Amino acid sequence: MQQEKAVKLQEYRSKEILARHGVPLLAGQIAATPEEARAAAADIGGPVVVKAQVLVGGRGKAGGVKLAATPDEAEQKAREIIGLDIKGTVVKTVLIAPAADIAHEYYLGLILDRASRAITVIASADGGVEIEETAKTNPTAILRLALHPLIGLQEHEVRRVGFFLGIPAGLRQDFAAVLRGLFNAFVSSDADLAEVNPLVVTDDGRLLALDAKIVLDDSALPRHPDLEEMRDLNEEAPSEIAAREAGISFIKLDGSIGCMVNGAGLAMTTMDLVKLAGGEPANFLDIGGGAKADRVAAAFKIILDDPNVKAILINIFGGITRGDEVARGIVEARSQLTRDVPMVVRIVGTNADEAKPILAEAQLITADSLDDAAAKAVAAAGGAA
Amino acid sequence: MSILVNGDTRLLVQGITGREGEFHSTAMLEYGTSIVAGVTPGKGGQLALDGRVPVFDTVADAVAQTGANATCIFVPAAFAPDAMLEASDANIPLVICITEGVPALDMLRVYHLLRAKGTRLIGPNCPGLTSVDEAKVGIIPGNIHTRGPVGLVSRSGTLTYEVVQAMTDAGMGQTTTVGIGGDPIVGTSFVDILDMFNQDPETEAIVMIGEIGGEEEEKAAAFCAREVRKPMAAFIAGRTAPPGRRMGHAGAIISGGAGTAESKRMALEKAGIRVADSPSHIPQLLRDAGVR
Repeated sequence: MQQEKAVKLQEYRSKEILARHGVPLLAGQIAATPEEARAAAADIGGPVVVKAQVLVGGRGKAGGVKLAATPDEAEQKAREIIGLDIKGTVVKTVLIAPAADIAHEYYLGLILDRASRAITVIASADGGVEIEETAKTNPTAILRLALHPLIGLQEHEVRRVGFFLGIPAGLRQDFAAVLRGLFNAFVSSDADLAEVNPLVVTDDGRLLALDAKIVLDDSALPRHPDLEEMRDLNEEAPSEIAAREAGISFIKLDGSIGCMVNGAGLAMTTMDLVKLAGGEPANFLDIGGGAKADRVAAAFKIILDDPNVKAILINIFGGITRGDEVARGIVEARSQLTRDVPMVVRIVGTNADEAKPILAEAQLITADSLDDAAAKAVAAAGGAA
Repeated sequence: MSILVNGDTRLLVQGITGREGEFHSTAMLEYGTSIVAGVTPGKGGQLALDGRVPVFDTVADAVAQTGANATCIFVPAAFAPDAMLEASDANIPLVICITEGVPALDMLRVYHLLRAKGTRLIGPNCPGLTSVDEAKVGIIPGNIHTRGPVGLVSRSGTLTYEVVQAMTDAGMGQTTTVGIGGDPIVGTSFVDILDMFNQDPETEAIVMIGEIGGEEEEKAAAFCAREVRKPMAAFIAGRTAPPGRRMGHAGAIISGGAGTAESKRMALEKAGIRVADSPSHIPQLLRDAGVR
């Protein structure tokens, strides 16, 4: 579940960072209402593009990007886009950016490639939304270049990418600024991904980043308080924000069996075994190492906020985490719950023997093996789905 | 025999006076691990763990005075990259980093620098390793193990404990159990550990515990098909996990079709490795493959 920890930034935030590093682009203005969109368009002058600021992919195909010739039209398009539901995300803001006449589109991205253990350039002269299709059907049309992990981006690499893309001779210096800026933005913001798609040459011969996406490394955020503030909490489920604040990893799913587990691998395994026993997990939840009563209570609240949850399976393998502390936390938190559902508790490892009498006294359903716990949870939730 | 650590291991603990470092160092000592030194900058000259272990200011001092030949790191994430580099600079050949939350770009530098120097790094964000009845380094509970013929390697923490416990309950013991860590960039891969188990005469069979994401399991499967003739069983966590929120187009291009539980399972089965539906099925799969 490594990727889940990545923090995606909105297009306008990503562009802010790239602009700071000298990447040429048409920044535009952000608008939360049709009236603001109109004012922004008037301010910019000329035709604009109204772009939904959402973190899910495929917003163009979903009607979230529209051209507007006049401020009137910009207001109208913004009215259509704000409030639009794009793959479950409701659009709250739009970016009003100057429109560009596109002569050619390129794809240019940098990613931390765990397989080659290097920051890797991905480039293609076939830019635009079909780039993944190109990767499958015509892989030679895509350049992958792993950069030296200690030296970074070198001049000859910049040239090589430029020649691969067929950047017009007069724009090679500009291209160097784009790639170098992208690299510097990547490194200085501790990114996992920095992507310009498309990078375009306009009819009047300018090289511009028309769209941008930056994904940050969650682990590095503590040293970037300025970037932490760029995180868009509007697009995170309230339960996921509450979980993060409590030090819990949580992802909501559609099933009926809430899961509370210590460790991501064991949490996924617990979900897999719920499924194997004929049930459907309601969530992924990793309570983290060394969990105590307060975190158990927070986890209960997050799980029970989901009305679909009909039973909870608690699976704790004590290592750092001590079983008796979790058991006491469960009993304590349960007495404060506004909604009660059947709970199956399995605690093994450190201080599991001390946990047993606590659980027995509270008359919780217990299980010794994980398979048994999953089966009991499925039964408690009303049987196999 | 076992791999990586044994009775000759002279362990240093970086961050021995911290809460985690102290708690787990005590457990390591109780298991029988020989902890010869601790390092906490500014606390040199003190004694840790009830007077049993001398503390030094620098790793170089600790190595010079105690002959430490492995280190276990418990320092906070912000200081862990430097701690790993300090250990490598002091010529410690084996570095085990438990710390979680180390920034990936820091790990990129650490990985390549330690590799150039020939330092073996396990982790970060790993539970450590246990050579059963010889030495335990890290945070894996010691009492779940029993000595036996099976080597185990895993990317997870508590899931590793789950599988070790299931094996011990079934009367199937282990040589060494290794958690390599779950971060995007870790020092040692599945293939590295599989190679060690393959060459360890006492390890007769191997268990591999993977999870969704990345392509290390696929690479391991290819390696096993080519090199490993010992019986194997595997488990892949995350069959029901939602597909990872996509990392832009570049992520999709880099990963191709790899990374899903299904692709990993297919790659492993193609290499002749039995894949369990539940951790508790692993001992039986090994028995089916001829392991006593």
